[in-house]
Amino acid sequence: MDIIQEIEQEQVAKLTEGKDIPEFSPGDTVRVHVKVKEGQRERVQAYEGICIARKNGGINSSFTVRKISFGEGVERVFPLYGPIIDHIELVRHGRVRRAKLYYLRGRRGRSARIAEDTAAVMKAREAAKAEKKAAAANSGAES
Amino acid sequence: MRTGLVAQKMGMTRVFSEDGEHLPVTVLKVDGVHVVAQRTIEKDGYTAVQLGIGAAKTNRMTKALRGHFAKAKVEPRKKLVEFRVAEENLIEVGAELSAEHFLPGQFVDVVGTSIGKGFAGAMKRHNFAGLEASHGVSISHRSHGSTGQCQDPGKVFKGKKMAGHMGDQRTTIQNLRIVSTDADRGLILVRGAVPGSDSGYVLVSDAVKRAAPDGLPTPAALKSGGEVASDADEPAVTAEEAASEAPAENDAPAEASADADKKDA
Repeated sequence: MDIIQEIEQEQVAKLTEGKDIPEFSPGDTVRVHVKVKEGQRERVQAYEGICIARKNGGINSSFTVRKISFGEGVERVFPLYGPIIDHIELVRHGRVRRAKLYYLRGRRGRSARIAEDTAAVMKAREAAKAEKKAAAANSGAES
Repeated sequence: MRTGLVAQKMGMTRVFSEDGEHLPVTVLKVDGVHVVAQRTIEKDGYTAVQLGIGAAKTNRMTKALRGHFAKAKVEPRKKLVEFRVAEENLIEVGAELSAEHFLPGQFVDVVGTSIGKGFAGAMKRHNFAGLEASHGVSISHRSHGSTGQCQDPGKVFKGKKMAGHMGDQRTTIQNLRIVSTDADRGLILVRGAVPGSDSGYVLVSDAVKRAAPDGLPTPAALKSGGEVASDADEPAVTAEEAASEAPAENDAPAEASADADKKDA
């Protein structure tokens, strides 16, 4: 394998160690907990908004989160594996038909809404249930 | 003055440091770098080591070169380079150099052959502004404009910046920081860009304009297969320990403060 790819994969493995990055896609509402340094202190700040784009490229993967802050549209691009991100929380599944939701930039209020993806929610719920069941069965088998 | 290293440029990537900073790095590979010859005061009038890198085919080589490698008992190498060294820093012929020759955090100068741009105009080659887009300018929007005065002096001065061949030139980038080294795979990660295309050969040496850090392996960091200088080993180990300890210390207070924050909330 290419030595560059090897280094990148090692980096990704190292950075995701002990980290659980949820599966999310454009249209989903996510809460990104970002580490902020204030002088010597370091605290975690939440940034919540709609993920309008994702870029997949190994260690160069990033995602864009858009929100309306004090009536002003704000977009932030986060490196998916950056150590600046404490953790990512998936708030809501949105149903969209595009990979890049740049059309939201020109919209405000009602027209900028994204419908909730009920199918994905049900799917996630069922997956969680199945996981729980499996875990219970496992623990039962062990005991 | 100690020897530098000849390395192969593998490409660029990014590295996240412990404190969340993102660093663009160039990956250089130091694989099979042997000392092929020595230059001595008695014989050549100066002191230097000749290093070789890259496997070469013997049947494509002149007899003279074959003899040169046979004399050094080193596999034939594609690229031969010389580094001027102080007399006490001469290295035995046949010794193999390791990537740990440089310490993380140290500054180096990198020499390479820049990517050839062919015959380039004055705008690209010398950052000229070109001519205006309108106001009567026709056809010559990217030309250089006037090249001098009138009948007196009646000539274009030598060295006038004009269009011409650009790139494919020996280029030095000074004061690049070493991010990390990997002796097993023979990798050096240098912060920032390095001249030349991927898979090209570059020369890495201690920065001329920066003080050398303490504990640099002198005369050189050699691979264990060859002869290892005794005083070269110790500094390398201490440097590694320092590197591994430093991030651990940084982590602990950061986590503690983060925990404190949560409790406050």
